[in-house]
Amino acid sequence: MTTTDLYETHEYDVVIVGAGGAGLRAAIESRAKGLSTAVVTKSLLGKAHTVMAEGGVAAALGNVYEEDNWKTHFRDTMRGGKMLNNWRMAQLHAQESADRVRELEEWGALFDRTKDGLILQRDFGGHRYARLAHIGDRTGLELIRTLQQKAVADGIEVFMETKVLRLVQDTDGVVSGVVAYRRPTGEFVVFKAKSVILATGGVGKSWMYTSNSWEGTGDGHAMALWAGADLIDMECVQFHPTGMVWPLSVRGILVTEGVRGDGGVLRNSEGQRFMFDYIPPMFQAETADSEDEADRWYDDHTAGRRPPELLPRDEVARSINSEVKAGRGSPHGGVFLDIASRRSAEDIRRRLPSMYHQFKELAGVDITAEPMEVGPTCHYIMGGVRVEADTTQTTRAGLFAAGEVAGGMHGSNRLGGNSLSDLIVFGRRAGIGASEYAEGRSGNFTLDEGQITGAIEAALAPFARESGENPYEIHQDLQATMQSLVGIIRTGPELEEALVKIEELEDRATRIAVKGGQQYNPGWNLTTDLPAMLTVSKCTALGALERKESRGGQTRDDYPKPDPEMGKVNFVERISSSEVEIGAGGNPSVRSITVTPEPIPQMPDELRALLEEAV
Amino acid sequence: MSMSSEETTSRAPDATAPQARPESQGEVVMNLWRGDAEGGEFVEYVMPAQEGEVVLDVIHRVQATAAPDLACRWNCKAGKCGSCSAEINGKPSLMCMTRMDTLPVGEPVTVAPMRAFPIIRDLVTDVSYNYEVAKRIPAFTPRPKTNDEMKVGGYRMAQIDVERSQEMRKCIECFLCQDVCHVIRDHEENKTAYAGPRFFARSAELEMHPLDTIDRREILQQEQGLGKCNITKCCTEVCPEHIKITDNAIIPLKERVVDASYDPIAWLGRKIRRRVKGTVAEAAAAAPAQGPAAVQPPPPAAPAHGIPAPDGFAPVAAQPDSQD
Ligand SMILES: Cc1cc2nc3c(=O)[nH]c(=O)nc-3n(C[C@H](O)[C@H](O)[C@H](O)COP(=O)(O)OP(=O)(O)OC[C@H]3O[C@@H](n4cnc5c(N)ncnc54)[C@H](O)[C@@H]3O)c2cc1C
Ligand code: SF4
Ligand code: SF4
Ligand code: FES
Repeated sequence: MTTTDLYETHEYDVVIVGAGGAGLRAAIESRAKGLSTAVVTKSLLGKAHTVMAEGGVAAALGNVYEEDNWKTHFRDTMRGGKMLNNWRMAQLHAQESADRVRELEEWGALFDRTKDGLILQRDFGGHRYARLAHIGDRTGLELIRTLQQKAVADGIEVFMETKVLRLVQDTDGVVSGVVAYRRPTGEFVVFKAKSVILATGGVGKSWMYTSNSWEGTGDGHAMALWAGADLIDMECVQFHPTGMVWPLSVRGILVTEGVRGDGGVLRNSEGQRFMFDYIPPMFQAETADSEDEADRWYDDHTAGRRPPELLPRDEVARSINSEVKAGRGSPHGGVFLDIASRRSAEDIRRRLPSMYHQFKELAGVDITAEPMEVGPTCHYIMGGVRVEADTTQTTRAGLFAAGEVAGGMHGSNRLGGNSLSDLIVFGRRAGIGASEYAEGRSGNFTLDEGQITGAIEAALAPFARESGENPYEIHQDLQATMQSLVGIIRTGPELEEALVKIEELEDRATRIAVKGGQQYNPGWNLTTDLPAMLTVSKCTALGALERKESRGGQTRDDYPKPDPEMGKVNFVERISSSEVEIGAGGNPSVRSITVTPEPIPQMPDELRALLEEAV
Repeated sequence: MSMSSEETTSRAPDATAPQARPESQGEVVMNLWRGDAEGGEFVEYVMPAQEGEVVLDVIHRVQATAAPDLACRWNCKAGKCGSCSAEINGKPSLMCMTRMDTLPVGEPVTVAPMRAFPIIRDLVTDVSYNYEVAKRIPAFTPRPKTNDEMKVGGYRMAQIDVERSQEMRKCIECFLCQDVCHVIRDHEENKTAYAGPRFFARSAELEMHPLDTIDRREILQQEQGLGKCNITKCCTEVCPEHIKITDNAIIPLKERVVDASYDPIAWLGRKIRRRVKGTVAEAAAAAPAQGPAAVQPPPPAAPAHGIPAPDGFAPVAAQPDSQD
């Protein structure tokens, strides 16, 4: 370690930004290859957003339905993503997730068991077979704790509560480190590395009602873009159909899809199971058309077709939205999710313990006796940093990305359970990709000093302003803008309005005055989050405006159908190559972001054939 | 593709669009600890009351208006990450799971940082002690797979055999149990030789893990201070995950440590036999004189970082633990 007046410097072979499932899995792999590895995370170890995941991790283990295999998992993933997926990522994911899940068990994870003592799997939307390995409804906790304990045992260094502000390149433009600040002290720190992996998670905190933790501010997406990497399909944002709606203070907190997988059904204010009215043609052949048939399916998947409550999330979220609009919603603007009348109280408490507590403690509702009120909540971004499937390398040398921050794997809509599996499959691949890159690189490179001091000066600037904007107000205004103008149903004029508002908010963000000192100052931290939030919001709105169709997580009221031509392209966002304006936090302005349609990679015929197989 | 025709023709407001905040219902008075390692004081903030809020919501409103630099740690606001631990009206609790309407109406709400750990700033403490203890626990070391397991790919374990460890693995590492445990709460010097309830639960989880092969008893006794725990059960009382730390982790561990007197053969025998014989906790429950009533915790010493306890609050460590 070396120290200057302004910052200290640490050197590693591989530096990983993010300690969620993807970051920790990557670190374990790169450490196993014998490389010096550090993980940098803006919260404490074990607290990353991954800890919140509930329902399970998808993998074709075939423990419950022997018929299941990677090919079916691949097919389901592609269909769920409305074919916008990067086929190679979907293939690798389907092929490797089972091994990655079993590996967790070798590292100490204790999944729920089948009668034969193997890992139990549960049903989830869009998956043809019961496929989600789980531990009650706290699968993310098990995943992160297992990886955390393995990382600690392997001696991986973790820099906790250290927030990365910007990527740093060497004098040749290769990404070679990051500049960060330590939250507890407010001191700056630079990590120099032969390769950098982004595993920073999602973007949900730009919306008002979201299931995401405070970490979901899109830092990795924005930092990659600022450093010259491409983002794809940022308009594809998943609104999970079932978030809590009441009390208002908990609005958006997730209600796991496991409730529906385990027998819960959706009803409107008239008591009707309305999902039967919303079965789209693409899924008609495999979805039950009567309550009787649907109910038979839970016990035996050959006795009937699957219930419409388990359609992919985009379909269910839009249907709930329509019911509420038609005046058949619940008292607080959602619909009813009923498991009380369908399963015994004991079963509910055993299979869904954290849902039981969440409603009991936060809403005063006993889910074994009454229905829950639920409605859509901003949950996951399918779009993200453009990566090469096998190595996770971005379009920028030295930079890799895995987990929610990477784009392509899920197309326009992610199936439940496919994120946790994505984290361990591509986390490992990122560890390998970044290690190989690091091994091929000599240590003799020099960081671009101007980028480091530039980032530090920009971070400190708001302290110098006597008076100015309040970062919390800008954040609230951004959330209101995104919620009402770039929400689940979008229109051209509203998106244009959003773009204007985002630019205004950026102007305000350049005038923030921060009160207090550098030590553990949340107002200051939020100030450093805002440039990223504004950047990803702009990308989402811009992509949504350009993708003139409805597909998965992008629904345009003015273009209600999928357009086959649009289904052949990714919308690619990057910083304009001409004159770059500077915006908030000294980073490229949202005004410098451009969007271009580019063809999606073409799938080989043998994989295409899998998709066409009869149901 | 899946839109109903109604949606294509008329556009009504998005069901997820923001709604107005509900009418405020009176006021709440918050007494929040402000300060750092050097010292500090409780500062009063008066906020409009709102229906259904938790303590963390009110703190967020204080940050957004009166005190933008008020330090407070949180991540999920859903009781899942264990970041937002503090002492609310003196009781170690999660700020995001404590509803305002469960606290006495009309009285100020006092929020202080966890007392057992050094203060960084305001409500944020330095919990690195816990991460250091975690590093010293011998890692999970599984037995090899059988031939059958090699064939099916994964280990075979019965649900009933994983449930004991699963209970411990619910832990969200909020460290509230560590905070309340008088062995370290009142005796900083014990920290070097005491793992604390969270990590007793971790060791118990590994001990009961059907695949693990390591004997941790000597370390528990010699280095982790298992003997210093006098089963006051305060840890169990504050655990937001309702883990029965004392009954299901600590007592069985104590039993094993004493009972087998480090005889590796007997220990192995227990590991294998317990499945047939029922759980260790059942055995422990049957054992006499292990109950909490048998032990009285020592009186608490002065708070580690000098924050006065709010009026009328009896420190948790001194409370008799009747419920369990
Ligand atoms: C409530 C909920 C339930 C879910 N349930 C499921 C489920 O059942 N199954 C499933 O498959 N998926 C589920 N998901 C989705 C899944 O949990 C996430 O997509 C996934 O955990 C993301 O993991 P990650 O490793 O990419 O990033 P995260 O876990 O989000 O971690 C991001 C990491 O990056 C760090 N970081 C970010 N920015 C910076 C910065 N600037 N500097 C330093 N560090 C930084 C953070 O501190 C954190 O450590 C759920 C999501 C939610 C919200
Ligand atoms: S039972 Fe009491 S002494 Fe023992 S670990 Fe728990 S709080 Fe500490
Ligand atoms: S055992 Fe309970 S109280 Fe202790 S850290 Fe874990 S969740 Fe918190
Ligand atoms: S913020 Fe995660 S437990 Fe309270």
